[in-house]
Amino acid sequence: MNWNRKHLLGLEDLSREEIIELLDTAEGFREVSTRSVKKVPALRGRVVVNLFFEPSTRTRTSFELAGARLSADVLNFSGSSSSTSKGETLNDTALNIEAMGVDIVVVRHSCSGAAYQLSQVLGCSVINAGDGAHEHPTQALLDIFTIRQHKPELAGLKVAIVGDVSHSRVARSNIWGLQKLGAEVYAVGPSTLVPNGLSRLGVKVSHDLDEVLEEVDVFNMLRIQKERQERGLFPTIREYAKLYGLNGERMKRVKEDALVLHPGPINRGVELTPEVADGPRSVILDQVSNGLAVRMAALYLVGACGPQGGQVEPQRAAGEES
Amino acid sequence: MSKIILQGGRLIDPETGLDETGDLVIEDGRVLALATAAEGGAAEFLAEEDAEILDVTGLLVTPGLIDMHAHLREPGDEEEETIWSGSRAAVAGGVTTVAAFPNTEPAVDNEASAEFVVLQGRRAGYANIFPVGTVTLRREGEELSEMAGLTKAGAVAFSDADRCLRSAEMMRRGLLYAKMFDRPVVAFCEDSDLRRGGVMNYCKVALRHGLPGIPAVSESIIVARDIGIADITQGRLHIGQLSAAGSVALVRQGKESGVKVTAEVTPHHFTLTDECCEYFDPNYKVLPPLRSQTDVDALLEGLRDGTIDVIVSAHAPHTAEEKAVEFVYAPFGVVGLETLFCASYTTLVDKHGFGVAEVLAKLTINPARLLGLADDRGGISPGKIADVAVFDVETDRIIDPETFESKGRNTCFGGLTMRGNTVHTFVGGRQVVSEGRVLGPGQESVAER
Amino acid sequence: MTPDDFGPLYQRWLAGIRKTTDTLEDWALVGIKRRGAVLARRLLEDLGGSAGTGPAYGELDISLYRDDYHLQTGAPAVLGTEISFEVEDKSIVLVDDVLYTGRTIRAALDLILDFGRPRRIWLAVLVDRGNRELPIESNFTGEFFETERNDRVQVRLEEMGDDYDGVDLTSFVEAGA
Repeated sequence: MNWNRKHLLGLEDLSREEIIELLDTAEGFREVSTRSVKKVPALRGRVVVNLFFEPSTRTRTSFELAGARLSADVLNFSGSSSSTSKGETLNDTALNIEAMGVDIVVVRHSCSGAAYQLSQVLGCSVINAGDGAHEHPTQALLDIFTIRQHKPELAGLKVAIVGDVSHSRVARSNIWGLQKLGAEVYAVGPSTLVPNGLSRLGVKVSHDLDEVLEEVDVFNMLRIQKERQERGLFPTIREYAKLYGLNGERMKRVKEDALVLHPGPINRGVELTPEVADGPRSVILDQVSNGLAVRMAALYLVGACGPQGGQVEPQRAAGEES
Repeated sequence: MSKIILQGGRLIDPETGLDETGDLVIEDGRVLALATAAEGGAAEFLAEEDAEILDVTGLLVTPGLIDMHAHLREPGDEEEETIWSGSRAAVAGGVTTVAAFPNTEPAVDNEASAEFVVLQGRRAGYANIFPVGTVTLRREGEELSEMAGLTKAGAVAFSDADRCLRSAEMMRRGLLYAKMFDRPVVAFCEDSDLRRGGVMNYCKVALRHGLPGIPAVSESIIVARDIGIADITQGRLHIGQLSAAGSVALVRQGKESGVKVTAEVTPHHFTLTDECCEYFDPNYKVLPPLRSQTDVDALLEGLRDGTIDVIVSAHAPHTAEEKAVEFVYAPFGVVGLETLFCASYTTLVDKHGFGVAEVLAKLTINPARLLGLADDRGGISPGKIADVAVFDVETDRIIDPETFESKGRNTCFGGLTMRGNTVHTFVGGRQVVSEGRVLGPGQESVAER
Repeated sequence: MTPDDFGPLYQRWLAGIRKTTDTLEDWALVGIKRRGAVLARRLLEDLGGSAGTGPAYGELDISLYRDDYHLQTGAPAVLGTEISFEVEDKSIVLVDDVLYTGRTIRAALDLILDFGRPRRIWLAVLVDRGNRELPIESNFTGEFFETERNDRVQVRLEEMGDDYDGVDLTSFVEAGA
């Protein structure tokens, strides 16, 4: 057992062993979704709160279902995160919710560091469901989980994260997780969204997708935010799609067993053409179902290390008892 | 009035180069005499029956510090600080003169506002409070303030505080106009476009945390611009809060080519680096941001070779509620009046081997000259106003914000061990701090102790 | 108990189980991970041939059904449950190595019921060491050991990396009483 953390805040802090523990635990949870009763009693009587200060239907739904499958009571709380509204502070909001007897807070926030901040203030466990451009650990874990399903040996694997790496928490968490498991990470995108400074994180920076197309094993295509274009960080969506979109032509040149991932929702015709999104190399729907298993694993592991934290002797390891 | 004699201290006056053990005699609010131990001390005065004698053996006796960059928040943000609480914080740090920045609500952009600051300073009765007037009305960068009126009311400098004059032409006019009153313009150098909403230095920590970074060039590009404007106007430009190596080089170059440019730095910028932001602690969120070790090294070099003239606190108190928010949303700024000397002493003298007088010059006579106060202040030679600080540099002190006189607890030095405790402070010959404690009204006499 | 005694113990146990399973048609062997599953695999091999098409087979991981999660002393490893047959209306022989408090069996019963409603469940344990905390009894017991709560009973199985097949009983003197 390699897990005794009360919180899951990011992958940068985790050891290789902890990441593997999470992935292996998620493996054990996959089967639950295939049963006639898709529910296990592990978190019965526990309360999980989705504290979302940013709209996100997918991640929230995934955590909600994951909590439900573990028999936890799941509450959703949407707050507005703004510096100007003279309302309740993040700390106050979280403390008020915790006072209702919450065991795990799943937090999504537009500010980097918000999840860490709550972990310092709250007594319960905190799972980061995305903080600013910092980390989104469960998304990266489900990406890695999906890659591992198809390519069990991650060491030496070449994974390209394509798009707005600079502003992406998904990219950062993937970089940490993949690097710890021995993969080689490429950051590919326009120089205004993938600055050369990113090489300081140990990634290979490229501004030319075609240049790396043939050597990469996995393409993780980030969603491009239209707002970045509006802020003048790249000229047009059309040019972006031309330079960094995966289309049928490019797919002819990639490795035969290359994988295509996308955290969703896809801008069809921008990051991926429909034929690629729905094509044989796409594992996008696997990502979604794996996300459930990964989030069950996260809730299960973190919830078991509540206020006291700590370890249990594996119940049946020595062939003894009950 | 009877004499006060500080006996047996190490007398340091960077203005005159004095650094000897001896006695300092105060009478009628001014320094009456300095008598070194080698000359036998102030024996004649010590013999006087009503002389109040304070034994300061083993302590540093220096001119009271002059902090030419502090935000006292009054009027408008009295929950953060008042001139009263800020004055107490000042003298607690051995600071006897404070230039109060005009980013208040309303801004100090007219004679009446400046007079209010002076008046509140007098009412508080601790440090000498001088207003800094704005360069432009409401700090909007559009129209010049009435600098004549501001000067008349006591303004010692002009600045739009934490707003950079976006228009180079406004900066040109500001420098030209302020020149008529022989006042410096304190420039906040930041290109807001290049800052891109940044909240900390553009560095590896920012990159890892996904926090928008403020590149050093956003500062140095404006430093270069303003030095160019100072050159053509021959106005007095003072660069506020240097943080980047490139800016230090530009100021050095400007000085060499004869531009009237001076510069300041804060203890946090030359003591700490951007790595302090690792745990999203808003107490390390300052503007300009804490930079890299390379920048810190350049600041230290700039202090050593005289490129940087002045050390300031940039005292910026915020309430605990304001800082207890997301790092991204937290306001910039830290308090500093009470750590100005100990942080400077610990970093520069203890750690980097600067001379005490070398450091003190940047805290006393240099700012006095810049603000036009050097005739009366910034030194302890006989005849000067008796603004005097007495420091203990032998005893370690752990910085505990809960002990601050300032309303603000937002220090970036909390928990650090430093040396340079204020023991006594005199303002105009009147004791306002005794044995490290700020005296209340009616406790002004040394005799009480 | 010496390793030499293990063979006869297992054979006695097997014979007892066979008596019942020979009469069953649509039945399944289900082992509790991990040592119960090892024993169930052995039983599958030894019983399989006689029942024509042979029984269905599955393995249970009861970690998600434990009753001590709320004590928050760390989560047991999730090994995964593998039930690929239709549980509905099946006769099931549930296999474990040691029967002790009964809590594992309670968890295993709940787990099976989440897959459907079996016709009947029998319990087969190699060793019953008493000290029950729940009203659960075994249908097929290899051997009963009189033990104290603090004693340790360990079934050794070569498939689990043990040096030998056997049952080890270690007595502990009550410390400090």
